Amino acid sequence: MRPQQDFAFAQGALAYARESAEWAGLRYSSETTASRCIRNDMPEKNETSHDAGAMCEVLVEGHFGYAATADTSAQGLQRAFDRAIATTRTASAYKAYGFTPEQRPVVTGQYQSARVQPLNATCLADITDCLRAASAAMQGSDLVVNRSARAMTVQTELAYYSSSGTAIHQSFDMVNIELAATAAQGLESQTRTWAHTGQFGGEAFDRLRWVAQAQRVAAEALELLRADNCPTGAMDLILMPDQMMLQIHESIGHPLELDRILGDERNYAGWSFVKPADFGVLRYGSPLMNVSFDPGVRHELASYAFDDAGNPARRELLIEGGILRRGLGSLESQQRSGLPGVANFRSASWNRAPIDRMANLNLEPGQSTLDELIGQVENGVLMSTNRSWSIDDYRNKFQFGCERGQLIRNGKLAQVVRNPNYRGVTVDFWSRLAGVGKEQVAYGTPYCGKGEPSQVIRVGHASPACLFKGVQVFGGAA
Amino acid sequence: MMSACDFMAHVRSHFDGVASHVLGQLAAGEAATLNLSAEDTLYLRFNANRVRQNTDVRQIGLELQLQAQGRTVEQSCMLSGQHEADCAAMTDVLQACRAEVAVLDVDPNQVPIVNHGHSAEEFRGVLLPANDLVPAILESAQGCDLAGLYAGGVVIRANRNSAGQSHWFATESFFLDYSLYDGAKAAKGSYAGARWDSQQWASSVQRTMLLLEKLKRPTVDVKPGQYRTYLAPRAFADLLGMMGWNALSAAAWKQGRSPFKKLLEGEVKLSALLSFGENFGLALTPRFNSQGEVSQSTLALVEAGALRSLLVSSRTAKEYGLTGNAAEEGEGPRALDVACGTLAEADILQALGTGLYLSNVHYLNWSDPVSARVTGMTRYACFWVENGEIVGPINDLRWDESLFDALGPKLLALTDWAEIDPACETYYRRALGGSRVPGALVDGWTFTL
Repeated sequence: MRPQQDFAFAQGALAYARESAEWAGLRYSSETTASRCIRNDMPEKNETSHDAGAMCEVLVEGHFGYAATADTSAQGLQRAFDRAIATTRTASAYKAYGFTPEQRPVVTGQYQSARVQPLNATCLADITDCLRAASAAMQGSDLVVNRSARAMTVQTELAYYSSSGTAIHQSFDMVNIELAATAAQGLESQTRTWAHTGQFGGEAFDRLRWVAQAQRVAAEALELLRADNCPTGAMDLILMPDQMMLQIHESIGHPLELDRILGDERNYAGWSFVKPADFGVLRYGSPLMNVSFDPGVRHELASYAFDDAGNPARRELLIEGGILRRGLGSLESQQRSGLPGVANFRSASWNRAPIDRMANLNLEPGQSTLDELIGQVENGVLMSTNRSWSIDDYRNKFQFGCERGQLIRNGKLAQVVRNPNYRGVTVDFWSRLAGVGKEQVAYGTPYCGKGEPSQVIRVGHASPACLFKGVQVFGGAA
Repeated sequence: MMSACDFMAHVRSHFDGVASHVLGQLAAGEAATLNLSAEDTLYLRFNANRVRQNTDVRQIGLELQLQAQGRTVEQSCMLSGQHEADCAAMTDVLQACRAEVAVLDVDPNQVPIVNHGHSAEEFRGVLLPANDLVPAILESAQGCDLAGLYAGGVVIRANRNSAGQSHWFATESFFLDYSLYDGAKAAKGSYAGARWDSQQWASSVQRTMLLLEKLKRPTVDVKPGQYRTYLAPRAFADLLGMMGWNALSAAAWKQGRSPFKKLLEGEVKLSALLSFGENFGLALTPRFNSQGEVSQSTLALVEAGALRSLLVSSRTAKEYGLTGNAAEEGEGPRALDVACGTLAEADILQALGTGLYLSNVHYLNWSDPVSARVTGMTRYACFWVENGEIVGPINDLRWDESLFDALGPKLLALTDWAEIDPACETYYRRALGGSRVPGALVDGWTFTL
């Protein structure tokens, strides 16, 4: 980005737009994403994208509308504002809801994501060295047929200006590391992975840590190859944090998005079983369940200071003692619904309009050690690392699968099982929450899909291990 | 929006200018491929038959693949559309690629850049400007609770390389992917093409309203179990779409990740009723891939239940000593065409007898890849049928079924007509491609929750 020039062009363009619009905003986004992969000790991918542009936003006759351009010259911005104003004027006669500039607060501020070594000071040779070492460390058996080490680094600069005086600059360094080992023999095949995702800089490229994780996933892939299938039946289930992430995301995050509850998403991902009248009264889960929206956790993937409406972001409890308190809704959704929300109006890039998204959505820690959770189980299974996910369009009936299962017999871990899956219905499932670990671990994904036009966005989910009683569990085909 | 002709012409001349500038800077021992992806699209999002959000998107992305010293590097950037600024930006990109080449390992699976020929296709449409389009959409659906997305405008893919290859594909088209709701019940519809016709749009809405009417009957509570099931073309297309997640990929097979491993190794066989392949004659997507390789106009993948070919990219072919077939890097179908069967539309309910009629399925994923088992949900207009008569809509059910069974011994019939399902994905950019798929009657479909 070119901060001084962008700011100057923005002021000119906003003044120009303001002649025809009740309010105007301009969001610059510049993002450099580098994807590196070494597979079976050979380079597989070295790809970098430099994605930069501006979203011109106007409020015309009570309706917000948008036009995106990568031409950020003064003339380019004016042309984009012309397009935004013309289409928005047409659409305003048919608008879904009437808004005012109040949904775009006047703020100034900055954010810099937490990191030790900035990514722009991290050299490619060091990253390649980590990838090479991890790929090699997964080689220990001819049965490990595929060994991939991937690293994605993302450097993002966001600047947001408005005709009412907003001026925000936010800067992010993010890393997504994935190691995967596939072991195969005959017709059977099993893959084990490790992921490290969050707001980090070059310190994430810790060769020794990668090698240790690589050796572990390769050994566990081989272990799964020899393992029996997960048994079928109703039993107790302990989910480790790298599966809790998915459980939280699909069965808490999406159903609590207010734009979804208001019907915006019905034609794509779907509606929600949660109704506006449920807030403050619905028992979502057991009293052990406390869920927070927290964009302030250092290093968690979706931390930020302001959303894309300029709303200052702060921690809020969404579910408290199992009772639903608050939704994941932006200022626009709060205005439409009259419900309390959060600062989560987020866009994937300069070419998409913001919508209600998750950010960091975390299950608060409880009191138990993992051993204490295991000790409560007479007959059950512990599952780690998401492999399969599917849930209905109202976010009720889900089925999730994990990479690795381990049986629990009489309070102790027993043999490893493969293809562990479980299914349930959201509120019933969360009512079975019988134990919450005390150690919270943060995971995240850069690939949460939603919206029309569609967008992928980064989300973070921190959770301890959790115990659920009497869940329907099953394995793969014999 | 700029007119479609203006946008196509502007992007074409701009691409030629910037590409010549970049390729002209290559040094001895360097080779490069340039891939362009551009669109000028109006997106309109609807809720309750009102406009929720409108977004105009104009973008031109250019990717450079540089090969030098046995290394391969790719970098891309967004172009402004201004010649001098974009030439300077791409010069920076080229320099960044060279800097990476200097520190990367040799790529033993590099596919040399050669000239795969020339092609140029342009498809002009007739789309309405926003001020005519918005009322045209909403007035036909007056009184309906419509939610959905209109995306219309120009989409371009182009490719040039340092060996002289040149491909150009530009199309002006639209889709309106929508749902009509009546309380919690909904029916799905879509209208797509290159020429907007308000009468055709009105007809589409009317058809979807008729489907929605059928959902007003009392709901039938169907218990989990195995039922004879009819999958309408869009549902069957979604099911077959799972084959794009590694099942037909030669690389996935060689790397132990293919859910079709048992099929590839002869342990199972699909139904003799089933034949499908790539058919670029559907004109849904360009025949050239990001390397500029041009696919055969048709490629048989499965014939009468027997696997004829996987999708093999040139890189996979080089690594594993296979023969490539111009597949794209991810080795998924780009223009899947499934042969029709003999089941007439009028006979579907009688052939189904007693069981479930599924218009749509939702959120599919592999639940046990080794056995090609897929889980998903029913969605939209799905009915319980008894003795060839629709009894009523169902509460949505979860299902979990192996493709080896559903496309194998359980496959009873395919319809004698197929529907084109154009791609309407809009992640990052408007997608091209799609499929043509008939409906399918399957025995003993497994519903679990």
